[in-house]
Amino acid sequence: MIEFQMPNLGADMEAGTLIEWKKKPGDTVQRGDIIAEVETQKGLIEIEVFDEGTIGELLIQEGTKVPVGTIMALIHPSAAAMETKKGKATSEKPIALQPIEEKTTVLSIKASPLARRIAAENHLDLSQVKGTGENGVITKDDVDLALTTQKEQLPKVEKFPPDDAKTLAQIEAVRTAIAAAMSKSNREIPHYYLEKKLDMAKATDWLIAKNKEKSVQERLLPVVLLIKATARALTDFPELNAVWQNGLQLKNEIHIGFVVSLRNGGIIVPAIHNANIKSLDEIMAALNDIIPRARALKLRSSELSDATITVTNIGDGGADMIFGVIYPPQVAIIGFGNISEQPFAEKGMLGIRTSIFVTLAGDHRATDGLTGSRFLVALNNHLQNPEAL
Amino acid sequence: MNEEEIKQIVFQLLKKIAPDTEPSTLKPDENIRETLNIDSFDSLQFIVALNEKTGIEIPEEDYGKIATLQALTAYIKNKKP
Repeated sequence: MIEFQMPNLGADMEAGTLIEWKKKPGDTVQRGDIIAEVETQKGLIEIEVFDEGTIGELLIQEGTKVPVGTIMALIHPSAAAMETKKGKATSEKPIALQPIEEKTTVLSIKASPLARRIAAENHLDLSQVKGTGENGVITKDDVDLALTTQKEQLPKVEKFPPDDAKTLAQIEAVRTAIAAAMSKSNREIPHYYLEKKLDMAKATDWLIAKNKEKSVQERLLPVVLLIKATARALTDFPELNAVWQNGLQLKNEIHIGFVVSLRNGGIIVPAIHNANIKSLDEIMAALNDIIPRARALKLRSSELSDATITVTNIGDGGADMIFGVIYPPQVAIIGFGNISEQPFAEKGMLGIRTSIFVTLAGDHRATDGLTGSRFLVALNNHLQNPEAL
Repeated sequence: MNEEEIKQIVFQLLKKIAPDTEPSTLKPDENIRETLNIDSFDSLQFIVALNEKTGIEIPEEDYGKIATLQALTAYIKNKKP
């Protein structure tokens, strides 16, 4: 039997609220299927399963907040999954199944999953709602009615309309998550910093020519080249594509965590999976997919938990350099500044070149400055050959 | 398209990209991206959306010609008289 647990979606996450099960007992699941939706500090996250099998039992009820690691469901493994699981030690300690918030009132209330979700999103107490569905089940209409009534009863002069109140709560939650992760990072990770100025003339010229051949919809942004060059360079420096958990653990796949700024403040760092083997078009497609979802706080669990390194990009018109704070348990963060014209000396000549400042913050427990320096040189070499990216 | 129609389309598309802002309060000579805090990704989304809505394809070398509301309106008017 496979135990499906509340996943850890980042160093800052302690618990999540199950909003809705997307599967029921008897359903077959495959790796990557969405099994549930969980409300976290980073929004409503679609949780994926990592095993194949049949759903046995759902142990947690919708509306319950449980700590990371809590067993939420049992999955009967498929025959193929059993084969791969064989021989693996199962000495992991079972984690106590203990909701961290008193949810008994909520649990005894009968409500449709949609009604629960709308209520949760609007911070509506379901025990105050009268159900008109079969056997007194609270329906979406009941919740909508309760919310309308609640709005009408609120004083007319509100500081923020309800939508803004929700946004403010989300901003606050994201802020708390960032505060927790970054404090942990500065407390535990001895950072070292490196900086290098890169000539971007070839890369930008190549990109301009390439974009001329493309339709508006297919155009690439310069950051796509930066992500791909980073991923390529990492293949030669696996010790930077790793996590520090009881020592250095290298990661086989390169999943670039890409920092997305939220419009109302805060950041979210979804992963671009296997960036080293994606084409430039595929990386652009990944950005087109994840940036809007990240801004809407609607990501999948794998996108929040899989990143093996972080890339942060200031973008045009902004600061020239950014010195990042590593997102634990990762061991490095790469920062790209604004692409700008800079004086550039080469072979005794001084000229003006389109340039970018790249920085690396590395975890000194995991690597030394020499590794980081070599990595930046490799990154530069890749950007000087954009056609090969 | 007349100027008013163009502005309405521009405001509508900008609002979609930057929902927390009020594009209709943009002054004619204000830098759109700076005022509405639009990054290069959102800027490209706007150009794609404008293309889908009006058929106008703005080449990259013309990005500098559409920085303000006044300039953008004139640019679109020129392409779609």
